[in-house]
Amino acid sequence: MIRVQAVDFDLGDELKKMTDGNTGIGGLCSFVGLVRDMANDERISAMTLEHYPGMTEKALADIEKQAHTRWNLDETLIIHRYGRLEPGEQIVLVAAASAHRGAAFEACHFLIDWLKTKAPFWKLEDTPGGCKWVDARTSDDEAETRWNKPD
Amino acid sequence: MKILYFAWVREAVGKSEEDLNLPEGVASVSDLVTWLKQQDTGYETAFVDNAVVRVAVNQEYVNLDHRISNGDEIAFFPPVTGGSYYDPCSSCRF
Repeated sequence: MIRVQAVDFDLGDELKKMTDGNTGIGGLCSFVGLVRDMANDERISAMTLEHYPGMTEKALADIEKQAHTRWNLDETLIIHRYGRLEPGEQIVLVAAASAHRGAAFEACHFLIDWLKTKAPFWKLEDTPGGCKWVDARTSDDEAETRWNKPD
Repeated sequence: MKILYFAWVREAVGKSEEDLNLPEGVASVSDLVTWLKQQDTGYETAFVDNAVVRVAVNQEYVNLDHRISNGDEIAFFPPVTGGSYYDPCSSCRF
């Protein structure tokens, strides 16, 4: 299941719903991403996640499908938030449930690693020096300088 | 066709979306970028280095030589960072 939402999620509730009624599941692996309060030695007061509605869901559904092709999974869940988030807040949850722990661990790792390169999300960090877009590592120096602008 | 812009590409262009009829002589994404850059300085700023901007047609990643037509939804945006969880430059490094 895929969800892209502004509101927070309850980890316990979400994981419970994944396994409820399926006693064939022997392992459930989850990963939660949080907003850190520092970036590049700068304090972050908040960050805003922008996304591409429609393509985001499509991209997440595609990776979920790929995970099910690679591993024998009973359930998978990806929840990604957007909008303004403060340090300590949950950004993302990925979880995979399977009969055995190996598939659950590997699929969970696969899901979160894929998100970092494919899901269309962009981060705007709010720092004491102003708002700046977080550059991907592939951006060149010129672009970084040009767009790390004070607000 | 519908063109969408995200993150700093949106800020440079000055709008989040626009509807356009396929201009004459424009057959690929690359042609469209060249055409846009001739229209306004905002596009020139956004596309100063094509290698930095990513493009999706009908919500699928494509290359600059991808052919486009009038019914397409074309999106331009920076490399994605929402999930760069292991990037040391990022605030959401897990």
